[in-house]
Amino acid sequence: MKDFATKAKGAAIDIKGVSKHYGRFKALDDVDLQIQPGEFMSFLGPSGSGKTTTLNLIAGFTDLTRGEIRLDERSIGNTPAHKRNIGVVFQHYALFPHMTVAKNVAYPLQQRRVPKPAREAAVRETLAKVQLQDFAHRYPSELSGGQQQRVALARAMVFDPSVLLMDEPLGALDKKLREFLQLEIKRIHRELGSTFVYVTHDQEEALVLSDRIAVFNKGKIEQVGTGMELYTKPRTLFVGQFIGESSVLRGAHVEDGGAAVFTINGTPVRAARPAAGEGAHVILLRPETVSVHGAASDAPEGANRLTGTVTEALYLGSGVKYEVTIPGGTVISARMANAERLLTIGEEATVAWQPQDSILLADDGSAAQM
Amino acid sequence: MRRILPRILLGTICVLIALWLVAPTLVVVPMSFAEQKSLVFPPSGFSLQWYENFFTNKQWYGSLIVSLKVALIVALLATVLGTLAAIGIERAKGRSAGILRAILITPIIIPGVVMAIGIYAVYLDTRLVGTLTGYVLAHTMLALPFVVIAVGASLSVFDARLETAAASLGASRLSAFFTVTLPLILPGILSGMLFAFVTSFDEVIVSLFITSPQATTLPVRIFASITRDSDPTVAAVGSLTFLATTIIIGAGLLVGTRRGRSK
Ligand SMILES: Nc1ncnc2c1ncn2[C@@H]1O[C@H](COP(=O)(O)OP(=O)(O)O)[C@@H](O)[C@H]1O
Ligand SMILES: [Mg+2]
Repeated sequence: MKDFATKAKGAAIDIKGVSKHYGRFKALDDVDLQIQPGEFMSFLGPSGSGKTTTLNLIAGFTDLTRGEIRLDERSIGNTPAHKRNIGVVFQHYALFPHMTVAKNVAYPLQQRRVPKPAREAAVRETLAKVQLQDFAHRYPSELSGGQQQRVALARAMVFDPSVLLMDEPLGALDKKLREFLQLEIKRIHRELGSTFVYVTHDQEEALVLSDRIAVFNKGKIEQVGTGMELYTKPRTLFVGQFIGESSVLRGAHVEDGGAAVFTINGTPVRAARPAAGEGAHVILLRPETVSVHGAASDAPEGANRLTGTVTEALYLGSGVKYEVTIPGGTVISARMANAERLLTIGEEATVAWQPQDSILLADDGSAAQM
Repeated sequence: MRRILPRILLGTICVLIALWLVAPTLVVVPMSFAEQKSLVFPPSGFSLQWYENFFTNKQWYGSLIVSLKVALIVALLATVLGTLAAIGIERAKGRSAGILRAILITPIIIPGVVMAIGIYAVYLDTRLVGTLTGYVLAHTMLALPFVVIAVGASLSVFDARLETAAASLGASRLSAFFTVTLPLILPGILSGMLFAFVTSFDEVIVSLFITSPQATTLPVRIFASITRDSDPTVAAVGSLTFLATTIIIGAGLLVGTRRGRSK
């Protein structure tokens, strides 16, 4: 018999050249991704970008059109879902309404013919992990949404799966509860040591939870990296805009001694490195790298400067947040430590940032933040 | 004040319609306790002789046994076949599902007499007239649509994603069916089974065509009896049947609401 008290070892997931077509439509198009054992990996992307499809392929709910998925070096393409030993938590909970909480959690152990004493012990222990030990005899309909999702989590981990997949598990809950359960999930991940794959369209949630994030767009993975990598070194405009706040400057540019120089409203604006490849490029700015000044002379030496009108000025206690609209209508956001004076809406102002803070990206035509 | 008159009117109409619906039954029950030897309404006197006759007369009693046997087998057969069919239809979805459902439901729509003639013609050739097998086959066909409809209704509110969840938890398709799907559509299956039983138990048109002296179902015996003489035993049989179906359906409803509440 398996010892359910030992800590599970997470499995490595290797996704190689995987495509999933529905008729002519490519829901997933030649996706590659390596997930490390025990890693917390998030799939982040807008609705319809292929996150759930990828999860379903790992879980075995759908067949792949092309490619291969390996679990610890073992190809699982021909293994049916019920033999993959992968835990899944669904957004809609999918609890069995005719079973009590304890019966729901015992279900996977029953399917594995775990003897009754071991089963009951494992159910008790797992319900304690999600702090639901007092609810064992309730029916799912007698629980709140957050409690139901914790039961679903307990049920998906009680059989010690080496991989736990979660598809927007907190999507139906309110913000406060979501934040609380995010911390719970993180704690459980540390305790279990299994590999977690977590689908979300909420970038903050992905940043809070993940070791690494895979950003999905239109059936492809645009970039994989830690939250910090994605925020500070996005490889595409889509990724840059999807993660965190940003402003985008568009305009013609020329190369000038290892730097790209844009001309915006007649003013030269520099990025500290040359553009990679041909075609239109943009400058992406993070709000905390931008400063706003009432007088142009206050802007730091060597900084890029653009003038515009303050269209939003918020005092946040810990700092101030500005939006400055430059001629042409582009809005630049800035976040600064407290200044001696809060600029007022309608005031003329100069925005400034250092050339090395200009994130230079190919213009992939992705729309502004959704 | 202005609202009172319409309410009284509505109430009166409802009571009248309700009376109209149960009137035949209200006629039968008192007649079954009559003292006279013929079927008249209103009856006079009080006796249990017709009930006694039903349970002691071999022909009446024998018919009851035939009807019960047939109805029980039909209930089981129609429930198993109808449930499988309903699941198949639900899985198939789309146009083929609609056509399949329509075909399976036709026995409700086709006039009983037409069915009866067809069945009789086939049974003559295959020597099924007046046999238990003959009754079971014919009644199962008639009962099948009720099971398909009842189970189909349960399946349409069943969340098929629960089967996916069961698979992820290690359940094979068969195991997922028995542990998740079946318990959740059980109310539909049970009500389908009840309908199937009742459909067979009081089926008279087809049975009249395929009856034989060796095996006569209760409704056929009643019909024969009432056209030959006016033996008040039919009133006793009618009352008993009424009582039995009321108890069965009532119990079904009670169990149904219990299950509904515990969820
Ligand atoms: N069974 C299906 N048939 C046809 N198209 C599908 C099916 N499942 C998903 N899709 C399509 O595949 C795309 C990706 O879906 P999905 O992976 O669910 O996106 P998300 O990133 O929101 O989870 C969507 O455009 C969706 O409409
Ligand atoms: Mg999805």
